Amino acid sequence: MKKYILIVCFSWGVVFSQDPLNGIVQYQENNKTYPLTGASVFWQNTTIGTVTDIEGAFHLERTPETDLLIISYVGFKTDTLKIQMPFITHQMIQDQDDELDEVTLTQRRKASQKSYIETQNILKVSSDELLKAACCNLSESFETNPAIDVNFSDALTGTKQIKMLGLSSTYLLISEENIPMVRGASQAYGLTFTPGTWVESIQISKGAGSVTNGFESISGQINTELKKPMTDLPFFLNLFGSINGRYEINTHFNKKIDENWSTGLYLHGNKRTEKFDNNNDGFLDLPVSEQINLMNRWQYTDMEKGWVSFLSWRYMNDEKILGTLSFNPQKDRGMKNRWGSEIKTKRWDGSFKLGYVFPETPYQSFGVQTAYSSHDQDSYYGLRTYDINQDSFYTNLIFNSIIGNTLNKFKVGLNYSFDDYVELVNGDAYNRTDQNLGSFFEFTHDNNDNFSLIAGVRVDFHNNFGNFLTPRLHFRYVPLEKFVIRLSAGSGRKAANIFAENQTLFATNRSIKIQSSQGKIYGLNPERAWNYGMGLSKSFYIGDPHQISLSVDYYITQFTNQVVVDFEEPREVSFYNLEGESTAKSFQVELDYNLRNHLNFRVAYKNYDVQMDYKSGLLQKPLLAKNRFFANLGWESKTTAGGKQWRYDLTYHYVGAQRLVHNLIDGPGGFSPNYSLWNTQLTHVFSKKIEIYLGGENIGNYRQSSPIIGSDDPFGADFDAAQVYAPIFGGMVYSGLRFKI
Amino acid sequence: MKKILIILLALPLGMVAQDNQKKSTKADFKVHGNCEICEKRIEKAALSIKGVKSADWDIPSNQISLIYNPAKVNLEAIHTAIAAKGHDTSEAKAKEEDYDALPNCCKYDRE
Repeated sequence: MKKYILIVCFSWGVVFSQDPLNGIVQYQENNKTYPLTGASVFWQNTTIGTVTDIEGAFHLERTPETDLLIISYVGFKTDTLKIQMPFITHQMIQDQDDELDEVTLTQRRKASQKSYIETQNILKVSSDELLKAACCNLSESFETNPAIDVNFSDALTGTKQIKMLGLSSTYLLISEENIPMVRGASQAYGLTFTPGTWVESIQISKGAGSVTNGFESISGQINTELKKPMTDLPFFLNLFGSINGRYEINTHFNKKIDENWSTGLYLHGNKRTEKFDNNNDGFLDLPVSEQINLMNRWQYTDMEKGWVSFLSWRYMNDEKILGTLSFNPQKDRGMKNRWGSEIKTKRWDGSFKLGYVFPETPYQSFGVQTAYSSHDQDSYYGLRTYDINQDSFYTNLIFNSIIGNTLNKFKVGLNYSFDDYVELVNGDAYNRTDQNLGSFFEFTHDNNDNFSLIAGVRVDFHNNFGNFLTPRLHFRYVPLEKFVIRLSAGSGRKAANIFAENQTLFATNRSIKIQSSQGKIYGLNPERAWNYGMGLSKSFYIGDPHQISLSVDYYITQFTNQVVVDFEEPREVSFYNLEGESTAKSFQVELDYNLRNHLNFRVAYKNYDVQMDYKSGLLQKPLLAKNRFFANLGWESKTTAGGKQWRYDLTYHYVGAQRLVHNLIDGPGGFSPNYSLWNTQLTHVFSKKIEIYLGGENIGNYRQSSPIIGSDDPFGADFDAAQVYAPIFGGMVYSGLRFKI
Repeated sequence: MKKILIILLALPLGMVAQDNQKKSTKADFKVHGNCEICEKRIEKAALSIKGVKSADWDIPSNQISLIYNPAKVNLEAIHTAIAAKGHDTSEAKAKEEDYDALPNCCKYDRE
């Protein structure tokens, strides 16, 4: 039985009954004190009340009617306090005989929240938010989130591609439990290889990231934390089906072996067997596909001695068939009668993590992470073939300690990475080995009040990039209450894996041209950029129980070198190193309104200005909307004693005009029409064990009218399925079930 | 460039070694206070003294847990520094004017 204690700390300026009352509500768990967010505070027998904010603080006008204040929160005993002294300290302990003993406190937390405490601009997405998305893997988890834009990569594979700050996901460091994950060979489809139910939370950091995970993040970092065997439910089952013929099953089994050891087995399977051609172009709107994904994790925890360890392995097999409706791989492969494609991917992952906290000096710790992966994709697109194998090894050693005292912390460490690529592009072999040894130092200062900074630098020795420094700086200042200013700057660089990152080009018959700069990566030099960012956040009240927060951010990414992917010339795609300028400017303003944690409304406007010097001149990046508008409404009913609840979610996306490259249909200088998308979901929780959901994606049924250019002559020079600016499949209805023990 | 790497490589080892030589001592005592704002003030006061490595004050129990280097600082100095910010400790009593300077929310009941 945990004891919860509520501590209320009041301040009451001068003893005038009309003076407002300020206070903080807290609770205690395992001898630690936390602010209690969302507790109701009101004057007895009145409607004058408020709820506590994220720091447990509240502000309430006095009323002449009463001096009795009531504080209540689910799982705690409601208390009535007489406010007559200039100041009060009050402690409330949960009644042990109360039937609420059985209730474990689940603190209401917004599904996604911007942190006011972190120095970096980090958006945390909890598993609650992940449930709002239609389905079912990581690439589909960002639709209810304004920080990330989701696009379709091409008209054939049904793969969703994410963008942040107006730049494609290749400029993001996508990691899983801080081990770089979606990179190199897995860049195109990697996000679809992590089932959504495995994810515990996602952290999205905009702008220059931390130096501890490498030099590759340019526009930001997305880190996913997976479910932990120790804390996940013993059994979980999720079934999903949609009218576009997709079926999914997810099961988790977790077992506590003894005091220290736990293990979990996670299984995922998905299948789409039905064929659809709603736009009558003779091509499948979505591929026929099958995926099996299996993960086993072992967790060792010894809190007393300070050891934590994870051992995980994972196997994934994914197969897709796409192309024309009547394509039969056995008969038609390599023939010019029907256009078709198969993409087969197999992947093995293994990782080991060990962390130790010195029991005598808990501010000191060290961690070791080691990961190995083998990625093998065999595919053909019409008459083009593309095979890639990547073997990767990554290890990271981190030591955390303090300088003087805990206001000044540092991390220092080493990492080594090894990547071996074997690629076969239409019979041409490209082999490459990347090896890097890096060392980093990151210093954090926090004055425990209104100012903090993180300054990091890393030195890397790379066999293909040479030796280089990567500095990164983050700065946070709180000049006024609940008003945060953040600044960041940093550099990053990466190798452009031109084929793996741009697999959509195989869904065209454009001829591939590489204009060498005598570099070591396909003849090209690595990409290098600086990112500068500024963010302002302010949260305020317009009277109880309304909470509003407003945030604005602006980021500039300036490339000093880039591998330009040039689709501007008809019938060809060329890759060359940047000559001239390339900048991405991103502006976002977001307003978040919250009513007693039952209703949440979020609106955001985004403006992107992404320009680069192509051979044909300075142009806006194609297939990128300059203006985007986002709105999300989330509502949930109060949970009844039996655990029954309704949840409803509605998301709106407005996507502005996008520049199109010169093609057969649109000609030169074309722009896509602007359009709107609506997604919605309704969940009914029957009990703690069972919930069902029903949802619709793209319920306005918006479709790009002819997404495949030259679809009547798929072996002709003008065939191009990569110029996609809107959904290919129209509206989709889905339903599913979650069962937990 | 090579030198920087050597420094960065040597740094963690050096710091661990240095820290082990220092020897840390733990101490716990009572500090009167109320709320989260008090917590920040009390911890900051303790950390302002050279030799105090970490300070963690717990609201319900009013106990502070310290890790410090006894060669650099004695406990008395830590008590004095906290009391100077208006918080009575088990060994030191805050001056009347320092207590009065606390925000109302932090004015704990004095014994």
